[in-house]
Amino acid sequence: MSANHDDHHDAPDGHGRALRLGIGGPVGSGKTALTAALCRSLGPSLRLGVVTNDIYTTEDADFLRRAGVIDPERIMAVQTGCCPHTAIRDDIAANIDAVETLEERFGPLDLVIVESGGDNLTATFSRGLADRQIFVLDVSGGDKVPRKGGPGVTSADLLVVNKTDLAPMVGADLTVMSRDAAAVREGKPVLFTSIREDKGAHSVAEWVSGVVESWRHQHSHSHLS
Amino acid sequence: MNGAPGQPPTPGLAGLLLLADSRLPAGGHAHSGGAEEACRVGAISGPEDLARFLRGRLATAGRVAAALAWSACAGAGESTGAAESAWRLLDAEADARIASPAQRLASRTQGRLLVRTAKRIWPSPALATLAREVPDGAHHPIALGVAAQAAGCTPEQAAMAAAYTSVTGAATAAVRLLGLDPVTVHRVLADLPYDSVIAEQHDWSALPAHAAPALDLLAEQHLRTEVRLFVS
Amino acid sequence: MTKALVRARAILRTGLDDRGRTRIETMRSDPPITLRQTGPGEVHLVSTGAGPLGGDRLRLDVEVAEGTSLTVRSIASTLVLPGTGASLMEIHVYVASGGSLVFAPEPTVLAAGCDHRMTTAVTLAPDASLFWREEIVFGRHGERPGRCHSRFDATAGGRPLLRQELVVGDPDSDGSPAVFGTARCVGSTLITTECKEAEVAEGVAVLPLAGPGTLVSALAADAVELRNRLSWGESRVSV
Repeated sequence: MSANHDDHHDAPDGHGRALRLGIGGPVGSGKTALTAALCRSLGPSLRLGVVTNDIYTTEDADFLRRAGVIDPERIMAVQTGCCPHTAIRDDIAANIDAVETLEERFGPLDLVIVESGGDNLTATFSRGLADRQIFVLDVSGGDKVPRKGGPGVTSADLLVVNKTDLAPMVGADLTVMSRDAAAVREGKPVLFTSIREDKGAHSVAEWVSGVVESWRHQHSHSHLS
Repeated sequence: MNGAPGQPPTPGLAGLLLLADSRLPAGGHAHSGGAEEACRVGAISGPEDLARFLRGRLATAGRVAAALAWSACAGAGESTGAAESAWRLLDAEADARIASPAQRLASRTQGRLLVRTAKRIWPSPALATLAREVPDGAHHPIALGVAAQAAGCTPEQAAMAAAYTSVTGAATAAVRLLGLDPVTVHRVLADLPYDSVIAEQHDWSALPAHAAPALDLLAEQHLRTEVRLFVS
Repeated sequence: MTKALVRARAILRTGLDDRGRTRIETMRSDPPITLRQTGPGEVHLVSTGAGPLGGDRLRLDVEVAEGTSLTVRSIASTLVLPGTGASLMEIHVYVASGGSLVFAPEPTVLAAGCDHRMTTAVTLAPDASLFWREEIVFGRHGERPGRCHSRFDATAGGRPLLRQELVVGDPDSDGSPAVFGTARCVGSTLITTECKEAEVAEGVAVLPLAGPGTLVSALAADAVELRNRLSWGESRVSV
């Protein structure tokens, strides 16, 4: 089926649009904090939009608006009807609608972050929604979590282990987490961070910048040809 | 709708099944059709209340949705194709039947998502025209009717899909919110009189317009409730 | 009890007098619909005789001429009673450009066993204004109501503004938390004044329509509560 040229959004091949980055992970692992940190670090250099998938309220969206890290108009909240994973994996229509609304209103954009509602270890983003995805864990869930795997841990383009500052208090061994993650992720990157101590999550921001850069490179050339 | 014994099933049935399936990726899963608010205020607390809620919903909003879907499907299937301005007229007829702005918004949001999804599954000139003529999103039953035509359904099948989906979202929401036995709830769904709200339609101005004042109140209250899981 | 079936058609028309004020141009009563002028541009519906009864077919035509104002009220509520077959109350309204109509009769009460049909067709020219209140009470005190099917159609400037049907006495919608809930009365007021935002309070909502107008919609346990709720909603629509 050929792409419908009067509506490039129908073509999910990515030409002429922003990179869509999914941020998923269990409840309380720091997805919203990471989203805020990325806005803080990348806001000056990239044109951003954010979609939040709040479970109960518009709390995450409100947190980001209050944090003042991004123009509040560029944040859209999607409700997920009790099923946060459905909204990012099985029925992504409302999220796609929100992403495209942001692009239409503020485009062109470089990066749209889609933050999932807190869910379990099996929740991952559909490729129809996210071009790349980050899965966020925190050390307080225990250092066995990476070994247990699950699609989020094994297949995300980047695994972020957050709240490293708490590791001594919860008895989590970061070297164990690092070794286990490397084993199940077959070489895909893992970054350790403490967003409480590094408000810009700089190592993660650097990874995202690189991804955006190569996305732009890949998708602008063929678009012009 | 079934063919005679030994005959192949009527064309359009596969399209009907796909359109009526709650797994159709068109955003329907996040709408409760007023059921979330009804559960919150205690108007639905068990299977009996839910059955009454769904019967009333089907007899009012479901009947109107079925009539609009019928009309949209028939209009999309006309040999000349419905005139472009016709979609705006049918859209205005839907608007006049939905007094609550919260419900109009929910209907247009679901319609917009359905058109987007259907255009990729069943590309059709009528879907493209509808998307162009009503860019903010056609009302859901109209989108459903045009999608049904694109999927090869008859107007009667489009109306059935509209009647059925007018209650399934609310039923699923009640299962999730109240932990009701899903089999009991499906029994309720199986007992609903879908056929009773489906009728052949011709004159758009005379389409059924059954109002549900309680649904209007629930929809508006829902938007003002701080903790909510569903869009509507 | 047998009774001859009634066919009635009453007509009410306004015009301008030579000083540019509204006068009642035509006021044709047809019992049981009796019209009585109670003030300048104001007419009351006075019911002569019981009913409508089953089998009656009543019609009222109202025409508000350009630049005139008319208020229609009623002396008492209308009690719809059973009889031979269904009763029908049909109202046809035209409000010309710059015309203004307030139509606010007392409630229609559905007595046990009635079978009533009400249809209202309101045609508004561009720049016509309307205040239309309709209240239905489900039976007298402690009584189960009969059946009623009402349809209200309003168009403004040729475009549909509001189309609403209500069915009372249908097992599928009676007692449904989606339709009337536990209410014993339903009412609404259509006002051709636009308001920006919807409002909602106990049993009543102020609903900005897609077209130029607002609907106040209420449910209540009794007629007094219903009127209070509608009045509150009407007061929220600034005129």
